[in-house]
Amino acid sequence: MTVRKTYKLYIGGAFPRSESGRVYPVTSSSGDLLAQAAQASRKDVRDAVVAARGAFAGWSGATAYNRGQVIYRIAEMLEGRRDQFAAEVAAAEGLGTAAAEGIVDASVDRLVWYAGWTDKYAQITGGANPVSGPYINYSVPEPSGVIGVLAPQQSSLLGLISVVAPVIAMGNTCVVVSSFARPLPAISLAEALGTSDLPGGVVNVLSGSAAELAPWLAAHRDVNGIDITGAAPEGRANLLRSASDTVKRTYSPAGGRADGPGEEDWATEPALRRMAAFVETKTVWHPLGI
Amino acid sequence: MTVTGTQQSEITRDESSLRRFLHGLPGVDQVGAQDRAAALATRSIKTTAKAWAIDAAISMVDLTTLEGSDTHGKVRSLAAKARRPDPSDLSTPTVAAVCVYPDLVATAVEALRGSKVGVASVATAFPSGRASLATKLHDVREAVAAGATEIDMVIDRGAFLSGRYGQVFDEIVATKAACGTAHLKVILETGELVTLDNARRASWLALLAGGDFIKTSTGKVTPAATPPVALVMLQAVRDFAADHGAVRGVKLAGGIRSTKDAVRYLVMVNEVAGEQWLTPDLFRFGASTLLNDLLQQRHKLATGAYDGPDYVSMD
Repeated sequence: MTVRKTYKLYIGGAFPRSESGRVYPVTSSSGDLLAQAAQASRKDVRDAVVAARGAFAGWSGATAYNRGQVIYRIAEMLEGRRDQFAAEVAAAEGLGTAAAEGIVDASVDRLVWYAGWTDKYAQITGGANPVSGPYINYSVPEPSGVIGVLAPQQSSLLGLISVVAPVIAMGNTCVVVSSFARPLPAISLAEALGTSDLPGGVVNVLSGSAAELAPWLAAHRDVNGIDITGAAPEGRANLLRSASDTVKRTYSPAGGRADGPGEEDWATEPALRRMAAFVETKTVWHPLGI
Repeated sequence: MTVTGTQQSEITRDESSLRRFLHGLPGVDQVGAQDRAAALATRSIKTTAKAWAIDAAISMVDLTTLEGSDTHGKVRSLAAKARRPDPSDLSTPTVAAVCVYPDLVATAVEALRGSKVGVASVATAFPSGRASLATKLHDVREAVAAGATEIDMVIDRGAFLSGRYGQVFDEIVATKAACGTAHLKVILETGELVTLDNARRASWLALLAGGDFIKTSTGKVTPAATPPVALVMLQAVRDFAADHGAVRGVKLAGGIRSTKDAVRYLVMVNEVAGEQWLTPDLFRFGASTLLNDLLQQRHKLATGAYDGPDYVSMD
């Protein structure tokens, strides 16, 4: 007999049910019932933001090297559960086993890729600035803070990791709203995160409707940025407008067009854009000599 | 009908009658108190009731700073916050009082001149209370002379726990006399009294000795204000008012940091003591971080968006 798994939320390192008590049926691409997933409410968003804020000081204060080690460890945990993730991705996205395994492998690679960037990104976008005066002047990127991430609706694992990894690699903490129709790989990823030395609260995963939850994230005054990748095209302008009230950093999917085409091709190697979206450049003038 | 059925003068005639009375108080059913407190905490307070509760709670806050590192500047900034908790919304009520150490009372009085905000001072060798009575009373007189309108004294827990109720009683009476017109709040430090029975006895002792308020804790000991302790103390002021006609207040201090907790306590005040107690004259929160959370929740009700700590002042 197989033990049925309860898919819950991931908030502050714990796996609570939704505060609202709601669940919704998740079906495979062929229409079979896979599980009942927790359906997060605005109060779960609120709690998740509190958890993310609480985790920010520790995670942003960790060395970039240490963050890289932890993200690499996530990749190890993912790889160790390769078969489970392949099965979930196959069911969610209607793929054959080989294709699903390819996606899991690409997801592991993506994590390793971002793990490598943690202590190298500052070397690319920061550095010493030449100034005409007796100062040493340098710029360094610092994390923006708590980021709301609307994960892509189609790519349930590779897309999810491709939007979460750059945010945490830079030292931000985040509240992720998973794909509505395909949340199970996201919740299983949360279980991998929970066993990978990632401090609780750095990544908080909410399964539920982006249309319902995103406006709360966009308007939340303690959220410093929002990635609207998983929002429906018609809702994006309102989210960006709402986010502008509190001068949030925003990331819009490739091209930045609100009415853009379908999801980006997650298989291609990403550029630096997603990391660049959620950092603040600090420039220091330090008197020299005299 | 009186709850305890004894005249006040009879109870306080001498130490043995005081002891007889305090030990004759009905014991507290600890499980019952916990259950009752937990049941009251489940009430749902929303929309207009929540807005009322938040404003009421703000007006009941004793904005407190009791650190060794306190400075005159910190007290002045706290006073500015007490006068105008939210400069972006002038409909926000002011807090009840600012609570400081005795040597900073003059600074607080100066900074609050012309406002309705009171100045409370802890005294009597706060927080331990381990000093001679003469020293404690000197502490009180200095604070009152500097302009404190409220004095928060600590009882001698050592004396209370070893059963020297007469000594504790006499100290409260002497402190009350030294206060003059200033209000006296008696800190029981329930975290050190261990049992709810002791909390009930200490409450009655302080009320009989003339304390205007009974206060849970110094904030320096854990546990501080807990729902069962608040329940017992609110019962004490209710029963004291029924027996002796004098309406006294309760102040909860220590560990109350969220609006949710504050609203739960307001529900408890209403249900246990009565609606009459829902005023800053009879109920206070001793807190520092609570005010910021109340202001954030107030913003949330006004704007509809969740608020953040970037939009309130740091203390």
